[in-house]
Amino acid sequence: MKKSEVPQDEASTYAGQHKLLYAVDERGQYSGVPSSGWEVESAATREAIAAIEQDRRAAWERGKRGESSPLEYHMYSRRMDLALLSQSTGLFQWRIRRHFRPAVFSRLSDSLLARYCEALDLDKQQLQTLPETFQ
Amino acid sequence: MTEPAARAKPQIDSEQLAGEHAAAISFRHLQSAHCESGVMAGMLSHYGLPMSEPMAFGLANALTFAYIPLVKLSGMPLIAYRMPPRWIIKGLQKRIGLRMKFQTFRDPQAGMAKLDSLLDQGKLVGLQTSVYWLPYCPDEMRFHFNAHNLLVFGRDGQRYSISDPVFEAPVSCPRADLQKARFAKGALAAKGMLYYPEHVPREVDYARAIPKAIRANYKIIAKAPIPIVGIRGIRYLGRNLRKVAADGRKGERYLSAYLGHIVRMQEEIGTGGAGFRFVYAAFLNAAAALLGSDLLQEASALMTSAGDEWRRFALVASKMGRKRAPMDAMELDRILNSCADKELAVWDLLKKI
Repeated sequence: MKKSEVPQDEASTYAGQHKLLYAVDERGQYSGVPSSGWEVESAATREAIAAIEQDRRAAWERGKRGESSPLEYHMYSRRMDLALLSQSTGLFQWRIRRHFRPAVFSRLSDSLLARYCEALDLDKQQLQTLPETFQ
Repeated sequence: MTEPAARAKPQIDSEQLAGEHAAAISFRHLQSAHCESGVMAGMLSHYGLPMSEPMAFGLANALTFAYIPLVKLSGMPLIAYRMPPRWIIKGLQKRIGLRMKFQTFRDPQAGMAKLDSLLDQGKLVGLQTSVYWLPYCPDEMRFHFNAHNLLVFGRDGQRYSISDPVFEAPVSCPRADLQKARFAKGALAAKGMLYYPEHVPREVDYARAIPKAIRANYKIIAKAPIPIVGIRGIRYLGRNLRKVAADGRKGERYLSAYLGHIVRMQEEIGTGGAGFRFVYAAFLNAAAALLGSDLLQEASALMTSAGDEWRRFALVASKMGRKRAPMDAMELDRILNSCADKELAVWDLLKKI
């Protein structure tokens, strides 16, 4: 990559930051050049975030209809999936899936709730509540 | 080049921080393309062995390619463009006679206490962390990736002064968040790992170390024993893309997401696949100057061309994934094979070293 080819697409995903890339001058000598982002990369990042947001919204809507516990919503809010939440809490995936059922979730012991609070960095009150509006 | 730190709006001033707490040491932050090589370049330079990021990366023979379906990130296979976490640190130990101390912790409190005591001794401490729990990361970059590396150079009560090499300027991080980031679980979990040098050599015998490092990297990338690693791994990914495209059950949406994932693994996480090729080309360029070798300079140019081909792959894959161009897995397979051919040309030349 030539220095003149270092992308400067002002990517929103960098939040005004620059990333360092290495590029060559006309004589083939390398040095670091700050890049303000590449559209190809930031599009991929935005899409990954959009996919998570879609899951989060679906979980929130299910929660509103009483079909799912706030736990599922908070999992997606932390950009986690079932596999990661399972690893973070040390609970089997089938158990967590069961805790997505509102009736089961509402009867969870304090020690189980504490494990979710720890993994998701929420307090008990936050964990048990679904936000009024989706944002 | 322009000093990136000078152009940026620093979130905090490192000198001001150094004055506030006895545990802060004066450290010159250096931005780098990749976290682990940047941490090592910063650490070695601080302790009296000037080292650039590309040199640290090259001496540790850290360049590779690997398609690893067994490790899943957000449900998709891990695609790596460099050797696994800790490879650069360990590789440098062997190559230049550096001695590092590594420590992991079962108890987060103990992990934080050890960090504090090392800082109190005036040591620079390297940490492996998750990206997600670092509050200074831009929100859109906060994903659960556990193999990030950073340097801690000071503490002011409950706040730590951090040189995160991929950022332009030093940053600071509250204790609770740092603890969370160090002890996050999941794939590649850090378990609070910290590291610091026990012995830093005064100089490096580059005439010996560089050819050795290149030969070691040749074995890794051109002679990998399994078909999903090295140059064969690149071709394997091409075949895999064709297979996924032909598999009607998975559908177009999965393929789009998969291409997006590949581009992200290549360009965003770490420094990206093409990025690592340019880091290695920069190493070859520096090595050519140090050893006065035309062959190394030629290899650097060939590696640049391989990196450019990877960027072309990202561009085309991104267009197809976003439906800006018709899906054509055969074309993606062709570009990947061309990446593989270009990398092979580099190593065919380098094996003569």
